[in-house]
Amino acid sequence: MTRQRVAVIDYGMGNLRSVSKAIEHVAPDVDVLVSDDADAILSSDRIVCPGQGAARDCMAALVRSGLDKAVVDGLATRPFLGICMGFQVLLSRSEENEGVACLDVVPGEARRFESPLLDSHGTRLKVPHMGWSEVEQTREHPLWHRIENRARFYFAHSYYCDVEETESIAGRATYGVNIPVAASGEGWFACQFHPEKSAQDGLQLLKNFVSWNGTC
Amino acid sequence: MGLARRIIPCLDVDDGRVVKGVQFVDIRDAGDPVEVARRYDREGADEICFLDITASSGERETIIHVVEAVASEVFIPLTVGGGVRQVADVRRLLNAGADKVGINTAAVFEPELVARASDAVGAQCIVVAIDAKRDDRGGWEVFTHGGRKPTGLDAIEWAKLMQKMGAGEILLTSMDRDGTRSGFDLALTRGVSDAVQIPVIASGGVGSLDDLADGVTEGGADAVLAASIFHFGQHTVGEAKQRMAARGVEIRW
Repeated sequence: MTRQRVAVIDYGMGNLRSVSKAIEHVAPDVDVLVSDDADAILSSDRIVCPGQGAARDCMAALVRSGLDKAVVDGLATRPFLGICMGFQVLLSRSEENEGVACLDVVPGEARRFESPLLDSHGTRLKVPHMGWSEVEQTREHPLWHRIENRARFYFAHSYYCDVEETESIAGRATYGVNIPVAASGEGWFACQFHPEKSAQDGLQLLKNFVSWNGTC
Repeated sequence: MGLARRIIPCLDVDDGRVVKGVQFVDIRDAGDPVEVARRYDREGADEICFLDITASSGERETIIHVVEAVASEVFIPLTVGGGVRQVADVRRLLNAGADKVGINTAAVFEPELVARASDAVGAQCIVVAIDAKRDDRGGWEVFTHGGRKPTGLDAIEWAKLMQKMGAGEILLTSMDRDGTRSGFDLALTRGVSDAVQIPVIASGGVGSLDDLADGVTEGGADAVLAASIFHFGQHTVGEAKQRMAARGVEIRW
């Protein structure tokens, strides 16, 4: 039996090592390929799209490398996981950098946290949203398997994914506002938090992804 | 429930080895960054900070290897600082597996570096480290070179400027308290935390578990950093969390 291959898309935006090492850690029988080659990515069994940085730069890097099409095609054809900016680029657009058109796979917009951002007691909250927040699993999903509802995941972001279609939202967190932090559709899952930096629960999510058949 | 306040053990690394006497009886090599990081991860650390104190520039590569090795086995956020002088240094550390990179002395000499780095990799990856000492006018002055050189800069104004330049977080160390185990400089912590919109990590002076809680409840810190209280086996991160929770601080279990 041939080994399963997971492609981590390398479009020059950020820390790919942590994601690939985390997947290798939870799935030693899987080959992890960090690649900027569309053909190699689209011949893999699963695709992970990470990313950090500004929306304008991430979108420009995707388009320049021609990998924007690989993301859209890959998401439609095999299990796909978007992480952080890898979630935001799937939206229709982002407010960042005076407005950036994104891939428009998931209707919605990346919005900046309002300023000042206040919690329910009127206390001012810092931006970026940096640290460990509870994630409410708003529906059952194979990627939540063996992860307790309201487990904490690690976040580091100033813009959040305002997903339009509420039925695709899989998880929410509250940071001043109640925001979608995970979404899913046929064959894809995307999260604002960093599973590769979220200790045991994050590793469990990656493990779930590697064995996910794409249905939800 | 909202965001948990973070507890961050800080490790000094010299030429690839953890120094300043980490003393654990249950790990084989207390100088191995991977072993020490793994231990803190197991204790429930919310993040780990490495400060590279390697003196010779010829050995700069060693911290990259340390970050690669740790990030391959420990899956919590890693902040790395020390000797960062250009955007290329920031990129290399991030590509090695760091989540955030600390800039200190270089930011004072060239504030634009913070703007360029933030623009290149995103504000959430840029931590500006500020070493501050009380001055004789009731404020605090920024020092560089590990607290040896005065800059004439006011710490609170400097923090605000660094936020404007694109820092995503401030790591604030009281040079008066560092090593004294007499608690954070809470007035400094509160002053900076109230002055900026970005998160502030309090550092310098932790001698007890209540000092950590005070940093949050009185200093308004978003995260607390400590070294010796954890390294010498005086307390575990778990004990710190229990005390902070008992003091009403939201933490991650």
